[in-house]
Amino acid sequence: MLASSHEGEVVAGGSLLRFLKTSLASFQEFLFLAGRAFANLFRSPHYNDDVFLQMDLIGVGSLPIVVPTGALSGAIIALQMSRALSTYGANSEVGPIVALTLVRELGPVLTALLVAGRNASGIASELGSMKVTEQIDAMRALGTDPIQKLVTPRLFATATMLPCLTVVADAIGWIAAYLIAVPLLHLVSSNYYWSSSWRALVPNDLAQGLIKPFLFGIIIALVGCYYGLRTTGGTQGVGRATTQAVVSASIWIFFVTFLIDKIFVNL
Amino acid sequence: MPDIPGPIVDFEQVSVRFDDTWALRKVSFKLNAGETHIILGAAGSGKTTLLKAAIGLVGVDDGDIKLFGQDITSLTEHDLYPLRSRIGVLFQEGGLFDSLSVGDNVEYPLLNRQNPNGQNRNGQSGSEPSSVERQAREALRFVELEQTFDKFPSEVSGGMRRRVGIARAIVTEPQLVLYDSPTAGLDPITANTIMALILKERDVRNTASLIVTHRYQDGELMADFRYDPQQQELLHLPKEDGARHRTRFIVMKEGEIVFFGTREELASSTDEYVKRFFKHEE
Repeated sequence: MLASSHEGEVVAGGSLLRFLKTSLASFQEFLFLAGRAFANLFRSPHYNDDVFLQMDLIGVGSLPIVVPTGALSGAIIALQMSRALSTYGANSEVGPIVALTLVRELGPVLTALLVAGRNASGIASELGSMKVTEQIDAMRALGTDPIQKLVTPRLFATATMLPCLTVVADAIGWIAAYLIAVPLLHLVSSNYYWSSSWRALVPNDLAQGLIKPFLFGIIIALVGCYYGLRTTGGTQGVGRATTQAVVSASIWIFFVTFLIDKIFVNL
Repeated sequence: MPDIPGPIVDFEQVSVRFDDTWALRKVSFKLNAGETHIILGAAGSGKTTLLKAAIGLVGVDDGDIKLFGQDITSLTEHDLYPLRSRIGVLFQEGGLFDSLSVGDNVEYPLLNRQNPNGQNRNGQSGSEPSSVERQAREALRFVELEQTFDKFPSEVSGGMRRRVGIARAIVTEPQLVLYDSPTAGLDPITANTIMALILKERDVRNTASLIVTHRYQDGELMADFRYDPQQQELLHLPKEDGARHRTRFIVMKEGEIVFFGTREELASSTDEYVKRFFKHEE
């Protein structure tokens, strides 16, 4: 009985060690991919057309989901805050609260999650399909670096487009909150809403609001590419890579948010 | 392109391991200009790994591979790109880029070779689209598919995709072409058409070829026939013709070469495993 319990512990220890080794190796592989993708930004050839195509697909293509989500987020914050603030007789603070919540947190995180759902999955499935149909090998055999051709343009496009999409989402959310707080609920005057919310924002908030989506963009592109390029197992593998990309990107987005908040809160 | 004095491909005791399994074990052979090696073997015997190792798509654990006289085992991925652009490769499913038209797929190696260190697409750094298009059309004409130039790979049949793959592999007139199961999954008529094109390419341009296949008939065709450019047809080689020895057979088993020789030597092999890959006449 004792012996079998000891054997069980050894097996469990062995599996844990294997799991840790695999995770560490995967992370190392991810860092290697990231390093090469960044290094390629400064190395020829530059596939400018692919960069613009990806900027269009990721940036313009994501507007139809980012705009309504931004608008609804602003409207929901205004509605929820109206009730909470009226309890304390602080209706006038609706503008600053909306501005700070959107710019610091909800704008970047919600936009990144939407873009992760749409583009990390899209990138993983596209690259995964290319991998299982030997297009990646064909590219290497034809003398083209797949990281240079596929990863770097997506990295650059997502890292530049996500901050732009976040600014759009923030602006739309701010306007939607205004429509709820001023014409609908008459919480504050129009002038006061705009001036108070603008005054509430300090450079620290704007920096957070732009640094976060920039980092999220890098995460989304690299995670999507990483899972896409390591796809194995045919169409089933492509589905698995897509799911893993979205899940990992979403978790990383929250983790990085936590880290950045920790840094900026202490500033 | 200057002729290479020694073999075009030279494997010396090459071993490749995936996790705990040896995909290749102490594999050695040489391939000279104008020669064809037909690689036969059961599924999972290491045929495709051998092909991929030959151009550095798979890393080698032990041994040396020389390509055009240059040892590739010590080269980085980046250093391999210029070397690879001198080789044509046909992948099992064609490996065509879905997002590019048939014409763009065939033009790709030309643009890539013209500008190995610059922009390679869209004529961004001095490529001559008209000349590139002319060569791509010529390659497609070679495989009798010029009419598909503007179509996408998804709009043509499996056999046609394989032929487009051949056009892309040979468009740069490489000295070495690797074919991974060029006839797999095709009906006998299309398979023979594909093999006739490979044979034509070998005899018109004196190309060295490594052909992975499951069909013994593919190797038989390569060994027994030659393409006559004057008559534009395949002619049967007499039994004593020395040209037959340009085609050799490799039989692989569990990552090892268990047979290397001519068609006649394969036919007379007494090894039970090797005999499975030779079509005995009834």
